[in-house]
Amino acid sequence: MEFFRIQKDIPFMRHALKFNIISLVTFLLAVVFLFTKGLHLSVEFTGGTLIEVHYQQAADLEKIRGSLGKAGFNDYAVQNFGSSQDVMIRLPLKADQKSAQIGESVMASLNAEAPGAELRRVEFVGPQVGKELAENGAMALLLVIIGIVIYLAFRFEWRFSVSAIIANLHDVIIILGFFAFFQWEFSLSVLAAVLAVLGYSVNESVVVFDRVRETFKKVRGLTTPQVLDHAITSTISRTIITHGSTQLMVLSMLIFGGETLYYFSLALTIGILFGIYSSVLVASPLVMWLGVSREQFISKTKVIEGANEDGAVV
Amino acid sequence: MNRYPLWKYIIIAIALVFGFVYTLPNFFGESPAVQVSSAKVTIKVDENARARVEDALKAASITHNGMQLDFNGVKTRFADTDTQLKAKDVLEKTFNPDSSDPQYVVALNLLTSSPQWLTSLHALPMYLGLDLRGGVHFLLQVDMKGALTKKLDSTSADLRTAMRDKNLRHGGVGREGERLVVRFRDAETRNKARDIIADNQPDLIIADQGEGTDLKLVATLKPEAQKKIGEFALKQNITTLHNRINELGVAEPVIQQQGSDRIVVQLPGVQDTAKAKDILGRTATLEIRMVDDTAGALDAAMAGNPPFGTEVYSERGGQPLLVKKQVVLTGDRLTDAQPGFDNQTNEAAVHLTLDSAGARIFKDITRDNVGKRMAILLIEKGKGEVVTAPVIRTEIAGGRVQISGRMSTMEANDTALLLRAGSLAAPMDIIEERTIGPSLGAENIKKGFQSTMWGFVAIAVFMILYYQVFGVISVIALASNLLLLVALLSLLQATLTLPGIAAIALTLGMAIDANVLINERIREELRSGMPPQGAISEGYERAFGTILDSNITTLIAGLALLIFGSGPIRGFAVVHCLGILTSIFSSVVVSRGLVNLIYGRQKKLTKVAIGQIWKPGNTTAKSTVNGKK
Repeated sequence: MEFFRIQKDIPFMRHALKFNIISLVTFLLAVVFLFTKGLHLSVEFTGGTLIEVHYQQAADLEKIRGSLGKAGFNDYAVQNFGSSQDVMIRLPLKADQKSAQIGESVMASLNAEAPGAELRRVEFVGPQVGKELAENGAMALLLVIIGIVIYLAFRFEWRFSVSAIIANLHDVIIILGFFAFFQWEFSLSVLAAVLAVLGYSVNESVVVFDRVRETFKKVRGLTTPQVLDHAITSTISRTIITHGSTQLMVLSMLIFGGETLYYFSLALTIGILFGIYSSVLVASPLVMWLGVSREQFISKTKVIEGANEDGAVV
Repeated sequence: MNRYPLWKYIIIAIALVFGFVYTLPNFFGESPAVQVSSAKVTIKVDENARARVEDALKAASITHNGMQLDFNGVKTRFADTDTQLKAKDVLEKTFNPDSSDPQYVVALNLLTSSPQWLTSLHALPMYLGLDLRGGVHFLLQVDMKGALTKKLDSTSADLRTAMRDKNLRHGGVGREGERLVVRFRDAETRNKARDIIADNQPDLIIADQGEGTDLKLVATLKPEAQKKIGEFALKQNITTLHNRINELGVAEPVIQQQGSDRIVVQLPGVQDTAKAKDILGRTATLEIRMVDDTAGALDAAMAGNPPFGTEVYSERGGQPLLVKKQVVLTGDRLTDAQPGFDNQTNEAAVHLTLDSAGARIFKDITRDNVGKRMAILLIEKGKGEVVTAPVIRTEIAGGRVQISGRMSTMEANDTALLLRAGSLAAPMDIIEERTIGPSLGAENIKKGFQSTMWGFVAIAVFMILYYQVFGVISVIALASNLLLLVALLSLLQATLTLPGIAAIALTLGMAIDANVLINERIREELRSGMPPQGAISEGYERAFGTILDSNITTLIAGLALLIFGSGPIRGFAVVHCLGILTSIFSSVVVSRGLVNLIYGRQKKLTKVAIGQIWKPGNTTAKSTVNGKK
């Protein structure tokens, strides 16, 4: 079995501008959504209390809301979580309330009005913890970016590292844009997924760049766009198969992983799809526009004074 | 060219055997057990306790499946949960005859049912996180400012005493925020006072302030002293928490310092958060009272007729002691208790430090009661226990008290700990709380396991269809990656959480990349007309650089998560990073070893089964490959 039967190098670079415009538009949309709608941050970041209860029969959300209202809570959110029997209750952080009692008082009021609830999970996060998590998340993101830029600059060339990181940051923003647009819950595990995607799709660019370098060294007489086309074409089969395999795993998590892993795998899915696109079709044109050329790859020690282009001394 | 020297095969074999052995314990499941551990610092669980467990079970004719003694206590395994519950009742009665005053923690636990030889190799199953086994997690913030304020308050009292002893007239000692201010009328007194304070309190930085008749000395705690106080407070709070949590009967509580001012408490299996919180937040008090040693009084009290104004408490050894109801001093006056040695006799001793008010009272009491005994009681939940009851030899002034005589170093340590453990050194707040029900935990394991399994199956089917023999090799390499990863996690006793399982799945999904790279590269070399042996060698060679680069970038992301992540993210990061390392080994070394084993010996290899190779311009499809055509 073989999926890819490519006769000639596909002229990706001829359409470079189009790809980048598509990218730019998606990116801008994501930024707009991020600013207008904002992320729906989970309790871990905002602080507050989250209670998951389970009923033997389908839960009556109205009754639950009523009981909470009577108990004096406000700003609560009650919704089904996964199935009609599971209910998630979110309560915001309150300055005057002691953390300790919230869980119990919610359960007490539920038992009075909507009995039969079984407590599955309580999460309480104080304000300082949430703030710290957000800060640590940002620091982690920064560290990943710096680490990758330095590594790629050291291993390849600054043009590659800059293009790779631009392409992949644009993935990150687009994932966040999706989460903002659909108001999916952005939790710690989603953040982990986003960072994992960053590392993962950079490696996609690395594979292409590796090929670019090799082609520059081995084949002469090709223009830069031709070299890039060749590199992308010869790795495209690997790209699709690898990502397909990873996606199989992620899909399995999406289907079997339950509610907890749902948004984690969703973020990975978006990341993988845009990862292919951006690292191949965005990073490569960027490298081209930044002015990559053959001379940067042939080792300089070989250059002998007075030698012409073919290396022979006249 | 595609041959490995023997030692490489041996390394692969050793790695796989290692992976197998250390993964194995995870498959045996867990069997119900009862754990007996000490509820008090002073009681040690040793061989005797083990024998007692053995005897008690024999007497009740309950059969067990093995018993082990470790630093946690005596753990006994049972065939089923019914026997476990029965045994727990029996042991509870044997070890805690007085249920209102438990000496031991008798708790239900789950122990791995893996055979003894595995356990002796230190091959244990992975430790499951709370989200997988259910339980409570608290993150407590220790109020360091509170600890410092407490220290400054007691220091200010000490300063007053010190200056009064030297007959220095000062205009008042007070705490203003985080500094102490002492006022004086004239410079001469201030100079004298400065010397006294510097001698008495080496932890203070003293500065002059004010002029004319309003002169001041401003004292602040040295940064290193502040640090020491903070560390001490944290340590003491952890000790106190340990003592209290013992009462909950939790088999494997986790109480750890996190950062410089936080404590993590994890109680697996505990569902009653209300009780847990109550116990965490409770305060115990220390009381010093006089002992009534009047002849015959104790016997009368034991007969149920205590003399007026006294009550009976038991000493740690178990002997009853008649103690007066009047409280001489409370623990608030005790600022420190440390084990040490007597200066003259070199006997083990406990050194107590009282604040100035306490010291004054203590001086009066000891002067009036030389030759008599005093009792130090720890009162918790309305119940008291005599920690120690020393004889007063002389009048003790200055607030520095030493208890010594007939004490081993160990006992001195324990007593000091008990004296300190009574109360929290600094107030604490719960800043994060997570409760996970046991059913949710089991469900999470099931979901995590299923998603990994089906993902693996899907990848395996695809790889084998697409790359044939090389696909099979890739799948074996991937399986060995899983094996090594689980073995490493088990060996490190890393805590497995649901994000951790997700990381295992994701790592597998990403690890296949290396094999895809290799296989594609081999196909490509074949396509360009290289003979099979050369293509295999070249394919591995060329792909390796790419594999390394791509794994290192992924590793950078993993490390960043590890450094900045907390809680569930950390679990994800640990697995992710380890997985990247094992995947390089298995996808490159293990798969190459297999390929060499299969193809390396064939000198005239003309075909390799790596799926169909299509060549540009060649329209007829072939099922296998011919290298040279």
